[in-house]
Amino acid sequence: MGEKRTLELALATPGVDASGRPVRVPLGVAGDAEPELSTENMLINIGPQHPATHGVLRLVVELDGEVVVRVIPHLGYLHSGFEKLGEYRHYNQIIPLTDRTDYLSAPANNVCLAMAAEKLMGVRITPRCTVLRVIACELSRVMSHLVWAGTTAIDLGAFTVFLWTWQEREKIYDLLEEWSGARLTTSLTRVGGMMADVPDGWTGRLRTFLAKFPGVLDEVDTMLTRNGIWLGRTQDVGFISAADAISYGLSGPMLRASGVAHDLRKDRPYLDYETYDFEVPVGEHGDVYDRYLVRMEEMRQATRILEQALDRLPDGPINVDDPHVILPAKHRAMSDMEAMIYHFKQIMEGVPAPVGEAYVGIENPKGELGYYFVSDGSAKPVRWRIRPPSFINLAALPLMAEGHLLSDLIAINASVDIVMGEIDR
Amino acid sequence: MNGATPHPSAASLQSQFGSAIRRTLVSCGDTIVVVARERSHEILRWLQETPGETYDYLVDVTAVEYRDRERPLEVVYQLWSLSRRVFLRVKIELPKDQPLEVDSVADLWRAADWLEREVFDMFGVTFRGHPDLRRILMWETYAEGYPLRKDFPLRGRFSRAEQVRQALAIEPESNYSLEELSIARAQGALPADMRERLEKDPRRRVR
Amino acid sequence: MDVKPDAASAPHGSAEAGLIMSPNWFTARMDDLVNWSRANSLWPASFFPACCAIEFMATAASRYDLSRFGMERLAYSPRQADVLICAGRVPFKLAPVLRRIWDQMSQPKWCISVGACASTGGIFDTYAMVQGIDTIIPVDVYVPGCPPRPEAMIYGILLLQKKIKGETVFDPSLRVEQLADQNGMFLPPAAVDELSEPFGNSVHQTRSA
Repeated sequence: MGEKRTLELALATPGVDASGRPVRVPLGVAGDAEPELSTENMLINIGPQHPATHGVLRLVVELDGEVVVRVIPHLGYLHSGFEKLGEYRHYNQIIPLTDRTDYLSAPANNVCLAMAAEKLMGVRITPRCTVLRVIACELSRVMSHLVWAGTTAIDLGAFTVFLWTWQEREKIYDLLEEWSGARLTTSLTRVGGMMADVPDGWTGRLRTFLAKFPGVLDEVDTMLTRNGIWLGRTQDVGFISAADAISYGLSGPMLRASGVAHDLRKDRPYLDYETYDFEVPVGEHGDVYDRYLVRMEEMRQATRILEQALDRLPDGPINVDDPHVILPAKHRAMSDMEAMIYHFKQIMEGVPAPVGEAYVGIENPKGELGYYFVSDGSAKPVRWRIRPPSFINLAALPLMAEGHLLSDLIAINASVDIVMGEIDR
Repeated sequence: MNGATPHPSAASLQSQFGSAIRRTLVSCGDTIVVVARERSHEILRWLQETPGETYDYLVDVTAVEYRDRERPLEVVYQLWSLSRRVFLRVKIELPKDQPLEVDSVADLWRAADWLEREVFDMFGVTFRGHPDLRRILMWETYAEGYPLRKDFPLRGRFSRAEQVRQALAIEPESNYSLEELSIARAQGALPADMRERLEKDPRRRVR
Repeated sequence: MDVKPDAASAPHGSAEAGLIMSPNWFTARMDDLVNWSRANSLWPASFFPACCAIEFMATAASRYDLSRFGMERLAYSPRQADVLICAGRVPFKLAPVLRRIWDQMSQPKWCISVGACASTGGIFDTYAMVQGIDTIIPVDVYVPGCPPRPEAMIYGILLLQKKIKGETVFDPSLRVEQLADQNGMFLPPAAVDELSEPFGNSVHQTRSA
C-alpha cells in the first residue's frame, strides 16, 4: 500500500554522472517518506504543442511530486524529409531548403551548404565572398543567440527581455532584407559565390547597428546577469560534466560551458577565421547559467568579428569567375551566345559535381553544423546528410534534467537551444 | 582529389588490423577507411582508446545508399580527435543480399544512441547491442518502410489520402518506449497489449 | 461534430436551414455586438511548428504588435482559445496532434493557416508532409508566404475579423463542422489524392537523377 512500485530496466541514462559531481538531491524522495504515505509517480506529457518546448518537442516525464525522475524526449513531429528532398534537387536548389532547417540562423546554414558543395566540386571563392560569408555567419550567430536569450527569458518569466531581443532582431532583419530580399529565409549564398552583393550604404547601416548593439546587450545584462531570481533558476541547474559532454557529442555553447575549449572557428578554421582577432568564451560549471554567460559573450565577440570583417571587406567580384558554376550576368545571357548556353545548361541540368564525397562542419550558433555530400558525378547528390547540432545536444537532456524539479526541466530545455526544424529535418 | 596522401591513422589501422581494413582512400582532402563489418566495434574502440589516435569525439553516424543498386549500403562514422585535431571517416559496407546489421557503438560514444536510431529509422539498418533501437523520427507503427532507401519514392508508397488516414489513426500512447510503459505499469493502468510487450522484453527485470 | 446534410442544402436564411429566428433589426444589432466582441478579442491557440512561428512571434513583438488586434493574450491551452493559428509545416506525425488540438477548442472557433506549408504543403511535397492542413481541419483564412511578412499575417487576421463580422449568431449551422470521411479527414479522399497530381510541379521535381 505505501510502497512505490516501479519496474526497473537497464536504462541508457543513469541519473548520476561518472565524474563524481553530486547530482542535486531531490526533495522528499523514498527514504525520507513516512511509511504511511502512499506515493505514486506521475507520468505526464509535455508537448508537442507547448510554449516552452521551443517547437514541437514532446517530453514524457515521470514525476515524483515536482521532481523529475525520468524524462524521455520524443522527436519527429517536424520531420519533413529534407535529406530525401535533397537527393532530388540541384546543389543550388538545396540552398533554400537549408534556410528551413535551422530557421533562426538561416544565413549560416546557407554558407555551410555552399562550402560543402564547393569542397566537393573543388571551387575556390573570391576574397570578397569570403569576408561577406563571415559577416553572414556572425550576423546569424547574433540573430540566433538573441532568439535564445529572448525565449529562455520568457520561459523563466522575464518577458521584457523577449521584447528587447526581438526588437534587435528586427534591425538585423532589415539588414538582411536589404541584402537578400527576405527577412528569415535568406538563401544568401550560391555555389561559388553569393546571391547578390550588399547594396550601397549597407556596410554603413551595419556599422550603425553594431555601434548600438552592445548597449542593448548591456541592458539585457542588467536585467538578468545578477538578478537573484535568474541566478536561483539557472545556477547549478542542468549540470553536465566535460567527459559526458564529449561522449554525448555536444557542440557549441553546450560543450564550451562545460569547460571543453572546442570551437570549430579555432580548431578547424574556415573562411579565414584564423586571421580574425576574437576570443571564445569557455565556461567552467556546465550549468544553465554558464551557458547563458557563454552565449552573451559570444554575441559580443561576434560584434568584434563583424567590425573587423567590415574593416577588411575588399572590393572585387563576389562570384568565382567560372561560367560552369556561376550563372552569367543577365545582360550577357540575353546577348551573348556562349553565356546563353551556360545559363541554359546550369538551369536545365544543374552543375554536376565530380564523383566523391565531402563533409564540412562549421560553428553554427547551436554547435557544429555539418553537411555531408556524396556525389556520383551527377548534378543531384546521392546523399545529403545534415549533421544537426541540436539533435545531438538534445540527447543529453535526460542526463541533465533527471533529479531536478519540473521547472528546472524547462530551464534546461531552454538552455540546450534547440530548433526543431534542424532536429527533425 | 583522390590520390592525395591519407593521414597516419590509416597506416596505423592497416598495421594493427591487417585485412580487416578493406581499403583506404582520400576524397576532397578527407581520409576514409573502409573496414570489415565483423570487426567494426573492435576497430572503432581501438581508434577511441589508443594513445596515438584518441578519436574521442563522434561527430556523426549515418548511412549512404547509392543509386547504383549493386553497390552495398555504407554505414559512415565521422570521427574527430579533440586533442590532435584530426578528422577520420570510417565506413562499413553492407551488401544488400545479407541482413543489414552492424554492431552498435553506443557503449563507446553516447552520441551514437540517437544517431543510430535515426539510421535505423531511415535505412532499416539494425545495430546489434543498441540499448533502445526504435524509430525516432517517424512514428513507431509507420508502415511505409524506410524513407531514405532508394527504392522508396519521394512522396511515399501510399496515396496521399491513405497517408492522411494512417496519420490520423496514430495513437500516441501506443508508441511509448519500455521505460514509459514501466512507469505506467507501476500505476496499474496499462492496456493488455502494452503489458504483454513489457512482459516479453528480455531487458526487463522486476524488483 | 454533427453532420447535418439537410441544413447545408437548404436555402440560406430560411427556417429549414436551421436559423433560430429570421433576420430582423434585433438580430442585426445582436450580431453587430457579438461579432464586434468576438473579432476584437480573438485569443489565438498557438500551434507553432516551424519558421512561420518565428515570424508570428515577430508579429506579436514590439514592432508589429498584435495586441492592437486584441490578440496579445496567446492562449496556449486550446480550451481557452478562439482561433487556431497554424504557423508552420505539419508533418503526418503531427497531424493527429493538430486534429486533437482543434477538437479540444470549443465553438466558436476559426482557423488561420499561416504560410505555404500549412496551406498546401509548401516546398515539401514529400512522404512526411501533410499537403495542407485543410485536409484535416476547416480553415477560414490562408496566408501565403514562406514565411509571410508580419504585414501579411496582420492582413490575414484582418480578413478573419471581416469574416467574423459577417456571421450571425442565429445560424447554428455556421458552427457545425462537416467531416468528409469517417477517418477524420476534412476533405474527401479523392480531393486529397488530387493534391499530389503533377499540376504545379516542374519536370525535375520528382526525378532523382
